[in-house]
Amino acid sequence: MSSAPQRSGLTRRIIPCLDVDRGRVVKGVKFVDIRDAGDPVEVARRYDAAGADELTFLDITASSDDRETMVHVVEAVAGEVFIPLTVGGGIRVAADIRRMLNAGADKVAINTAAIHNPELVREVSERFGSQCIVVAIDAKRVSGADKPPRWEVFTHGGRRGTGLDAVEWAVRMADHGAGEILLTSMDRDGTKEGFDIALTRAVSDAVPVPVIASGGVGTLQHLVDGVLQGGADAVLAASIFHFGTFTVAEAKDYMAAKGVPVRRLQEAR
Amino acid sequence: MGSIAVVDYGMGNLRSVAKALEHVDVRGRVEVTQNAARIRRADRVVFPGQGAIRDCMGELRRLELDEAVREAARNKPFLGICMGMQALLEFSDENGGVECLGLLPGRVRHFRDGFAEAGVPAPGKVPHMGWNAVRQTRTHPLWEGIADTTSFYFVHSYFVELLPDDLTVGEADYGVTFTAAVAQANIFAAQFHPEKSQQAGLALLANFSRWDGQMQVPLDQAR
Repeated sequence: MSSAPQRSGLTRRIIPCLDVDRGRVVKGVKFVDIRDAGDPVEVARRYDAAGADELTFLDITASSDDRETMVHVVEAVAGEVFIPLTVGGGIRVAADIRRMLNAGADKVAINTAAIHNPELVREVSERFGSQCIVVAIDAKRVSGADKPPRWEVFTHGGRRGTGLDAVEWAVRMADHGAGEILLTSMDRDGTKEGFDIALTRAVSDAVPVPVIASGGVGTLQHLVDGVLQGGADAVLAASIFHFGTFTVAEAKDYMAAKGVPVRRLQEAR
Repeated sequence: MGSIAVVDYGMGNLRSVAKALEHVDVRGRVEVTQNAARIRRADRVVFPGQGAIRDCMGELRRLELDEAVREAARNKPFLGICMGMQALLEFSDENGGVECLGLLPGRVRHFRDGFAEAGVPAPGKVPHMGWNAVRQTRTHPLWEGIADTTSFYFVHSYFVELLPDDLTVGEADYGVTFTAAVAQANIFAAQFHPEKSQQAGLALLANFSRWDGQMQVPLDQAR
């Protein structure tokens, strides 16, 4: 810790992300000796025990008939795991948010619904408080390699462009009351090549609220780069944790060794 | 043990608080309530809160819960959380200035104003969101079994100006040093969210569920 006037004990957060389809964790979570790798409560417990700072559940269920299942998932997890829980996917109207918060979620991530109706973000952050409104942005680089970088907001898994500039959109959403920005690089998502650092830095510098970097983590150094180079307040990753490549505890050890302040678990008592 | 009333005045996620209390106090009765009589009857009271202070104070008055909360804060083990801590003070700068319950002296300020006044560059984003170390500046029964400088989960844009030493039991740094936990007689209040602070938070809630409302740590447990 520096003795400079900029004193802060705030740590950077590591957030494992779980895809949930019809109430089950999908994309192959592999834990040694876990009874049921598809059970959200089991998986959440493991991450909690390993020192995850928050958890994000992404409901990828296509049918709205199955959305109710997600409410039960959140209820079950919130009764067992006492760290912040974010739920995203299928959040369209204020009533969806109310339901998730009542079920025990601490934050909801809004993506497409914010694009269709930006005022929704203003309305729900006034009603429920900015602290529980995360705006998720899927961004894709649209400028040529020799041009100054520019990113556009995409929907539908990166297939549909919106014409919105990602940095401007993030600023607007923060201005509307979003308490946090979950920023995913569609170029990097699933590549294991690391975060899009330029994108992360551009958004992080532009908005006054915390930014969660997402998309592309393949190594522990990528997590460090997201914070130290990208300026992210939190880093989200899925596959490196799910497939057991690294544990959250290993990620924290590595980040700490590289000078990133992280929360360490208390000694067992 | 006994009953715990969680005051429901429509502000924020009370489910988390109730669930965490039920988790640590399996034999106790946890009741989320808007009923003043039930608050008066409960053995312990938890006063949580999220959102904006003006709405918070407005709803407390509209539901006629402010008197019951004041009373509870005078005579039984009482735990304020986040906005529920800020509302106990005299005044908050939020929403252009709001008179609060005045059960504790002091003022609530915005981080940016605090940074400006202290002449420090902002250490990061506002809200102050995430896990931050809390220095236990005094012993207290609610710190029992929790190591000094353990991290707790915070999410807030306004902070409680550092209170006098006899009131502050925990402090944290985010550009400025602020009061992260305050205690006076039977009141304990935390800026952080124990219900979201994993083991340490659950330990604090478990301590609360057993607390007799005295400030002293019993002699045999004193450090």
